[in-house]
Amino acid sequence: MLMVLFCVVSITFFLVRLAPGGPFDKERKIPPQIEKALLAKYKLDGTLWQQYTGYLGDLLKGDLRLSTKYRNRTVNELLAQTLPTTALLGGTAFVIATVGGVALGAWAAARRGTAEETGAMFVSLIAISLPTFVTGPLLILVFALTLNWLPVGGLDSPASLILPALTLAGPYVAYIARLTRTSMLEVLGQDFVRTARAKGLSEWRVVSKHAAKVALLPVVSFLGPLAANLLTGSIVVETVFNIPGAGGFFVNSIQNRDGFLLGGVVIVYCVLLVVLNLLVDIAYTWMDRRIKLA
Amino acid sequence: MKTGSSKPETGKAGEVSAWGVLRRNRMALLCMGVLGAMTLAAIFGPWLMPESASQLTANQFAPPSWEHPFGTDLHGQDLLYRVLTGARVSLFVGLAGAVISFAIGTAYGLIAGYAGGKIDGAMMRIVEILYSIPRLIIVLIAINAFDDPIKKWLSALDAPGLISYSRILILVLSLGLIEWLTMARIVRGQVLSLKSQQFVTAARSLGQSHWKIVTRHLLPNLVGVVVIYLTLTVPAVILDESFLSFLGLGIQAPQASWGSLLASGAQAINPVRSYWWLLVFPAATMSVTLLALNFLGDALRDALDPRSRR
Repeated sequence: MLMVLFCVVSITFFLVRLAPGGPFDKERKIPPQIEKALLAKYKLDGTLWQQYTGYLGDLLKGDLRLSTKYRNRTVNELLAQTLPTTALLGGTAFVIATVGGVALGAWAAARRGTAEETGAMFVSLIAISLPTFVTGPLLILVFALTLNWLPVGGLDSPASLILPALTLAGPYVAYIARLTRTSMLEVLGQDFVRTARAKGLSEWRVVSKHAAKVALLPVVSFLGPLAANLLTGSIVVETVFNIPGAGGFFVNSIQNRDGFLLGGVVIVYCVLLVVLNLLVDIAYTWMDRRIKLA
Repeated sequence: MKTGSSKPETGKAGEVSAWGVLRRNRMALLCMGVLGAMTLAAIFGPWLMPESASQLTANQFAPPSWEHPFGTDLHGQDLLYRVLTGARVSLFVGLAGAVISFAIGTAYGLIAGYAGGKIDGAMMRIVEILYSIPRLIIVLIAINAFDDPIKKWLSALDAPGLISYSRILILVLSLGLIEWLTMARIVRGQVLSLKSQQFVTAARSLGQSHWKIVTRHLLPNLVGVVVIYLTLTVPAVILDESFLSFLGLGIQAPQASWGSLLASGAQAINPVRSYWWLLVFPAATMSVTLLALNFLGDALRDALDPRSRR
């Protein structure tokens, strides 16, 4: 896991540093003394290797350095301002995706073979195929501009969170619903479920106490990739809905050649991913005692 | 649903029976029709349209009409023309990216699976690490890094027409380079199970070279699986490309892809005035294509590999 972080940091650092054109390339040539001072301030002097080891050292101390675009602001500050927004959006979408997906999937499994089930599964296939940058603007067009029910963008009120969170969660609600339905159907046909039924337990107890724990394992193992996809997806959703989150920095920092800001966002996102994946692994072993943590 | 043993079929027999299954699936046929029509329209459509369609005119933001079925955009260009030329770019990037990922993934999976042991372990460990890296983010950084070098390289080639295609080239290369992981895993798994089959043991005991075993015995048996994931990789690459173009980091104006058209469509809707056609038509075209590709991929998987039916 630390290996992954290290790889990502190194790849990002070298790709940004090796790219032609520095952050201070302007139309007007800067006098060499000022350029030298700037480079020193942003610790961009010295050989590439010295810069790299210096950067790694600072990272270990938790210092993400100064942004070269937003002068005199540290990357830590910028991220501290925007990350809570992203986390709120991502967290809401996460809850919608898991709760909604599992509920829908269980419902579809219970109504096996009915027209409703077929319909729900068909709709979910469509929902999986549609990217957020298609659904997002369309939702705005319908619910914000035509029906005037919800705000167009920004993040000022709880109501303005509804559309972006739904946009972000949509495909994953559908995916988790399909996942839940398939594994629920499989589990309901197994011997231990028949035993539970034979004991005379109510259908609700059979499903919630016995079947659910096993049937939800595939869903739990999807939570790691889900978090990753939500993080990447939030970049688009934040752009579409004009939400001041950390995802916008991705686009900005690449266009402004703001290497440390880009590096900072990448690192924070990767740390989040690694931690979330670890939590998922732990949850998985806790749910399925047959697996031991390696 | 589950069939116990994995019977190795020869490539040809597999294709014939799969074609039979596929032909009975109306949905799959419909999807193939849609995709065929879309491809033809993308290739020939822009040529068949009147010359005026490609011109910038003063007739901006005209709603859909007989003359302009999809309306016109900010520059008074016919939107149908823009969507069709965008389809060319998007479909090309999707296909080319998928082919690159197919080549890398198949080769990587074959080597790992066939070599086995420590080599296999190390190679799959690398794949795992790459899996956990947010891939699109790496592509974003790669585009940022390689944009200028590739432009320079293309201009050094003394082909001025090619420079405007540098972004497409980068997109194809970088997307191809990140989308091969799943393909590699699947091919490796398949090779592992094929390797232990008796016909491979027989070939080996006959003294055939590794190269011959791989090309004559393993590759033909991989065709089915590879074709399925190729059809599923194309929409994935199209999605990635439009994701980047939507953010303004992929295809650049004046060229357009579905993603960049969607981006300008999303900007054209606001509380004051919504030019809805700029959003709805690119969105519909892209959604129909992606849906058709995904459905076709699923149908192919059902037809060629009954065990993986979900």
